[in-house]
Amino acid sequence: MEMQARQKSTNYWSLVLIGIFKENAIFRLAISLCPAIAVTTGLKTGTLMGIAVVFVTVMVNITVSAIRAFIHPKIRIPIFMLIISGWVTVADLSMAAFARDAYKQMGLYIQLIVAFASILTRAEVFASKSKFVPSFFDGIGSGVGFMVALICISFFREFLGKGTLWGMEIIHARPLLIMLLPTGGFIATGLLMGFFNWIDIRFYGGKGAGGAGGH
Amino acid sequence: MEKEFLKLFEIFIASALINNFVFTRFLGLCIFFGVTKRVETSVGMSITFTSVMMVSAALSWLVFNYIMVPLDLTFLKIVIFIGIIASFVQASDTIMRKVSPGLYYKLGVYLALISTNCIILAVPLINAGDKYSFIESITLGLGSGLGFALALIIMASIREKLELADVPKPFQGLPIAFVTTGLIALAFLGFSGIITQ
Repeated sequence: MEMQARQKSTNYWSLVLIGIFKENAIFRLAISLCPAIAVTTGLKTGTLMGIAVVFVTVMVNITVSAIRAFIHPKIRIPIFMLIISGWVTVADLSMAAFARDAYKQMGLYIQLIVAFASILTRAEVFASKSKFVPSFFDGIGSGVGFMVALICISFFREFLGKGTLWGMEIIHARPLLIMLLPTGGFIATGLLMGFFNWIDIRFYGGKGAGGAGGH
Repeated sequence: MEKEFLKLFEIFIASALINNFVFTRFLGLCIFFGVTKRVETSVGMSITFTSVMMVSAALSWLVFNYIMVPLDLTFLKIVIFIGIIASFVQASDTIMRKVSPGLYYKLGVYLALISTNCIILAVPLINAGDKYSFIESITLGLGSGLGFALALIIMASIREKLELADVPKPFQGLPIAFVTTGLIALAFLGFSGIITQ
């Protein structure tokens, strides 16, 4: 199916595009949702989280692809988990060192990148069977797709909730406080997801993504 | 003594209602949206999750305080906690299959899903971050587990009714579930006034 087409594809650009649009982790597949809503109260934290995820996805994909010949198939999942948690520790500690303020706001969620299904899926489905370079671009694609979704959600939430973008004041109106509350996160994500479904149904004749509902 | 009990009670209420894992901390969302299509499945899920959360809170507290802190290994907590949870889940899977096959067929399906779930990993991480004592850690595990169970069952009951509703096509399935969750989260905000310090 799609996954197989993806493995055969040698066009790196299309690998990246599939990850961003067609198999966008949040809007299309509806996996790895948890930190996605938690850190999107501001554009800055959303973007930083996205960068951390891109970093971890790419590094995990590269590592898995590089050592795939030595991984015994029966114990591959624990090994993948070890690799992922190793890279997440690297991201966590560097974030704590270089972006202190933002880290305080989202500390726990950076650590929870470990449990991202989207990263484990990419390692299992793609990187463990593919060469080094395609794995790199696949990692970029799924990581950037996640980041784009985060930026979308956090753009609306910060703009409507505070009237600011990246901390700078844009409009001078009474903000909609509800967008900053948990409620706003759920509703914004739901509406954006519905919007992308609408585009899919209206222009591409798809069925719309009800979400795989995995985790 | 009374003060300690009061603190435990506070942790319990706070983790179950005020900082409910789903509605205010946004954890375990994938599972939350994945299994809440039927009430029956979500009940099975909540039982499994609550027990795993309590046991993993206890195990990881022991390892954290008696092994990792003395050896100065706390920066490796993500790797080690994942290892503890995964091996515990694997072990209980095997034991349950041998000891009580009936229970295994009821709950075993969910057990496999657990080891890579953020909601389970969050409990040891919060315990380690807040430096809770042993009993407090277990209380946090129990409270968050029951809070998660509450969330799952509320959502499953609503979604069974939503099946019959006439939802616009792009919003069918997950998007409407998200909006509904937002509204429940708004209701849960009301709990934030329960404990005043």
